[in-house]
Amino acid sequence: MNNKLQKQLLKRSKASKLERFGKTISFLALMLITVTVFAIIIFVASKGLSTFFSNHVNVIDFLTGKDWNPNVTNSKGQPEVGALPMISGSFVVTILSALLATPFAIGTAIFMNEISPHRGAKILQPVIELLVGIPSVVYGFIGLTVVVPAIRSVFGGSGFGILAGTFVLFVMILPTVTSMSVDALRSVPRYYREAALALGATQWQTIYKVVLRAATPGMLTAIVFGMARAFGEALAVQMVIGNAALLPTSLVSPASTLTSVLTTGIGNTVMGSLQNNALWSLALVLLIMSLIFNLVIRLIGRKGAMSK
Amino acid sequence: MRKKRWLECLLLVGLVILGGWAYQTRQVNKANMTITAVGSTALQPLVEAAGEDYATHRLGTFINVQGGGSGTGLSQVQEGAVDIGNADVFAEEQKGIKADRLKDHRVAVVGITPIVNPATGIAHLTTAQLIDVFTGKVHNWSQVGGKNQKIVILNRAQGSGTRATFERFGLKNHRSIAAQEQDSSGMVRQIVATTPGSISYVGFSYVDKSVRAVSLNGVQPINQNVENNQWPIWSYEHMYTGKHPQQLAQQFIKYVQSRKIQNTLVRRLGYISMADMEVTRDGQGKVHKLEVSHE
Repeated sequence: MNNKLQKQLLKRSKASKLERFGKTISFLALMLITVTVFAIIIFVASKGLSTFFSNHVNVIDFLTGKDWNPNVTNSKGQPEVGALPMISGSFVVTILSALLATPFAIGTAIFMNEISPHRGAKILQPVIELLVGIPSVVYGFIGLTVVVPAIRSVFGGSGFGILAGTFVLFVMILPTVTSMSVDALRSVPRYYREAALALGATQWQTIYKVVLRAATPGMLTAIVFGMARAFGEALAVQMVIGNAALLPTSLVSPASTLTSVLTTGIGNTVMGSLQNNALWSLALVLLIMSLIFNLVIRLIGRKGAMSK
Repeated sequence: MRKKRWLECLLLVGLVILGGWAYQTRQVNKANMTITAVGSTALQPLVEAAGEDYATHRLGTFINVQGGGSGTGLSQVQEGAVDIGNADVFAEEQKGIKADRLKDHRVAVVGITPIVNPATGIAHLTTAQLIDVFTGKVHNWSQVGGKNQKIVILNRAQGSGTRATFERFGLKNHRSIAAQEQDSSGMVRQIVATTPGSISYVGFSYVDKSVRAVSLNGVQPINQNVENNQWPIWSYEHMYTGKHPQQLAQQFIKYVQSRKIQNTLVRRLGYISMADMEVTRDGQGKVHKLEVSHE
């Protein structure tokens, strides 16, 4: 009898077996994702770095060169792989579109959350969710058929360029930034508002002096998130920016971004050749930039948490 | 608990069925009934149409055709990943390709012409003028006999076969200045049609009323002039295989080169048939007159 009880107690119960099973499954899922992420980073890095190690391109020349012509070697016998036009193009469209989108996004978020929460939840929320779901090729197509001709008739030139790219990206990142700003505002505790109103502040004073201040870290995260998305967007930008590997001189002259050169060029190069490796180097720059964006988001989050 | 067991069972059965289905329909090379052709988007329509045609005549065979660009086609066939690599350029011209490992099969010819926006008022150019335009020596159409409009240059992407051919034979090996790039001919035509002062280049089959094809040194960009090389800007469409291609790939290429396809599909899709050519040109650009005139 004693023996039986001992056996029963020492045996794993059904619940603990199930727990073990669940833990294993989730651990395996985690492992799979981690391995995938590292595999991608290692692959892109090994491909991208071979431009510098096996083709002996100077890193500084790559980052600051102004001529992108991988098929041609320059007077020094080095291939012309200057990525500065693409890097600057990427940064300019990203920053401009973020600058343009931020006021609209914050305004919308304040309206939805503070001024008219009821209507906001009923009308604006679905609209924004809809905007998030529209595929980027549709935005690009609209940009090509509406934005580009409009810019052409107003400013002259071909209409392709940074301005067109900015407008398209503005519409694309607006919903992302807006919905994250809404979350940031929503996480401001209710008693902050109550306390401000009790002190005699008007609604605008409450929003401006209390709610927005408290939500600043969240808002910054939202903006950086939008920038990360704008930086990595390929298709829609490629359709409207003109893809000229030139340093941007004006907002309405054709320019290019890292992603647009990647998508137009990758099919025309041969794996393992310098032309192909140079494109992988651009991909590596993109990857590093998105890692930096992630770090910034983390930093902002941590700082915001500390000040509370 | 009971219900969950059911779910697990269902999931397992589903997985097994899916796996079985995947196994059944996996790409088998039994009797070499499937081949894959990858590469040039300019040649893709012809290979696709010919592939469908071929499969209806020889039941059980399947020709899988994909785009990806000339560079992709050549590198994939060199690695042995696909059976046929389609390209607009000679393998010798593509960097990173060992041409002596590949076998060239030419299946058609494509003429390439400069196109301009009709409002430029340009219909004729000389080669020297064309070079001046694309190398940025002239900036206004009035300098080469057109209206007072700024010149807007539009290029195909770096490494595109059309661009390589145009720069080699149209610009006499001069490189175009850095300018807008687009990665398809259809897009190029649309932009040239709508942008004042723009110039670019496309295959003959892409020319329509919305753009104007420019005659060069008094020669019209038409098929007859390509056939005797009076119009110098043209390229072969190649289907490359390894040195020892498998039987089906060989037979399929022979089929594309056959008189039946050359006289029907090739012409209908806007290519120039190999049989109509009165000259040949090698990878170095040397032109030889063909002795035998075509029937």
